[in-house]
Amino acid sequence: MEEGKKTRLYERHIEFGGSIINFNGYLLPVRYTSIIEEHLAVRNAVGVFDVSHMGEFIIEGGESPAFIDWLITNRASDIPIGKVVYSPMCLETGGIVDDLLCYRIDDNKYMLVVNAANTEKDRKWIREHLKWNINFTDITDDITLIAVQGPKSRDVLRKLTNIDLENLKYYWFTTGKVAGEDILVSRTGYTGELGYELYIRSENDALKIYDAVMDAGSEYNIKPVGLGARDTLRLEKKMCLYGNDIDETTTPLEAGIGWTVKLDKDFIGREVLLKQKKEGVKRILVGFKMLGRGIPRHGYDIYIAGKKAGYVTSGTHSPSLNEPIGLGYVPIENSGIGSEIEISIRDKRVNAEIVETPFI
Amino acid sequence: MIVKFTKTHEWIAVDDDEGVVGITEYAQKELGEIVYVEMREIGETVEKGEEIGVIESVKAASDVYAPVSGEIVEVNEELEEDPEMINRDAMGDGWLLKIRLSNPDELEELLSEEEYEKLTEEG
Repeated sequence: MEEGKKTRLYERHIEFGGSIINFNGYLLPVRYTSIIEEHLAVRNAVGVFDVSHMGEFIIEGGESPAFIDWLITNRASDIPIGKVVYSPMCLETGGIVDDLLCYRIDDNKYMLVVNAANTEKDRKWIREHLKWNINFTDITDDITLIAVQGPKSRDVLRKLTNIDLENLKYYWFTTGKVAGEDILVSRTGYTGELGYELYIRSENDALKIYDAVMDAGSEYNIKPVGLGARDTLRLEKKMCLYGNDIDETTTPLEAGIGWTVKLDKDFIGREVLLKQKKEGVKRILVGFKMLGRGIPRHGYDIYIAGKKAGYVTSGTHSPSLNEPIGLGYVPIENSGIGSEIEISIRDKRVNAEIVETPFI
Repeated sequence: MIVKFTKTHEWIAVDDDEGVVGITEYAQKELGEIVYVEMREIGETVEKGEEIGVIESVKAASDVYAPVSGEIVEVNEELEEDPEMINRDAMGDGWLLKIRLSNPDELEELLSEEEYEKLTEEG
């Protein structure tokens, strides 16, 4: 029996037959029935994830908008209330401390949603950098986070809420009643599909909402989805996973998320990133498909013209394409679409080809 | 024919000096959908406990170990096109390879079906 924190939905994971693992300290299902089935349910209809392991921080008071702009690479000072931005948070070196979602809750109040693996590190990092009379609160333990993802997700939630979901645009959020409970609903997700994330405070009944979603989704064959499919879904869309594709040794420019870096404002890491932007990056994150047999995995070496030239950051068997896919860093001069590379799989080098991303 | 099991979740069914090797029903369930199989080649000699191939699920790669020492005499080629055969019939059509035993005494060191079941129940 694994040890770890149980989310408020834990009993459902057991009831639905989840294979439970300890994921960054939380007991969560890697799958219920099958990763492929769960993956395809999200692509074709709708699936539900417990992502309560994510960390949530409140930044408020003082000069919060200016502080956030200095803390993260993207700009959040000028976004309206109700808007979400995706952003890396960088070290002075330009390496990535974490990637996060920033919600503008009020003029002078933001919520940051961070990776479970980094919650403690981020808390420490932000606290060390606090200034301008900012109040920082970690509300991770207070929040249950349910992601409802897939082309039918809106039809499911529509049955449970009066929120105008049609007009809730991508990367916007609102508050309202879902299944009778007052929660925050944002149109965000990590699957590349139409989808929503439900932020539920501990004073609200998370199980009731979860059950209502499952119930409302039964006509679409809604499925609970585990961490395994969460990974394959994001990978097919080339959404970065912290610890795999990005970390403290990689910069947002190398990872291909340069659009999140606003060099016309001051922020931690700006100097290095400005220089890197001017000089051009030496390596870049690309997607590839295998030409030979084998599945690429995180950490495998990439060879080009017989020499070690990079490494695989993520790889899997893509359930949508039914073939292996991967992401990895390669030198910029070898990064063109159609370039041939070799992946070192166990003791063999297997041919692969750089392809357009997202994969689907 | 004798059927024996390993602690690393392989089975071997031996007739004379030849054994058919596969992974157990318990192992295939734990792995989930198998999407890739790669075995060592015919003619290679392997030692008991040595890696004889790899089975990959969507999530991860898992090694398969030789239950006994010997020479690989046949590999289940159908798994290349249809690796999920292992999920459907781990103890039958989803067999991996055949080994000609070089030291049949090693079979005594393996688990009986009863012993193996006890092992998996204990988790």
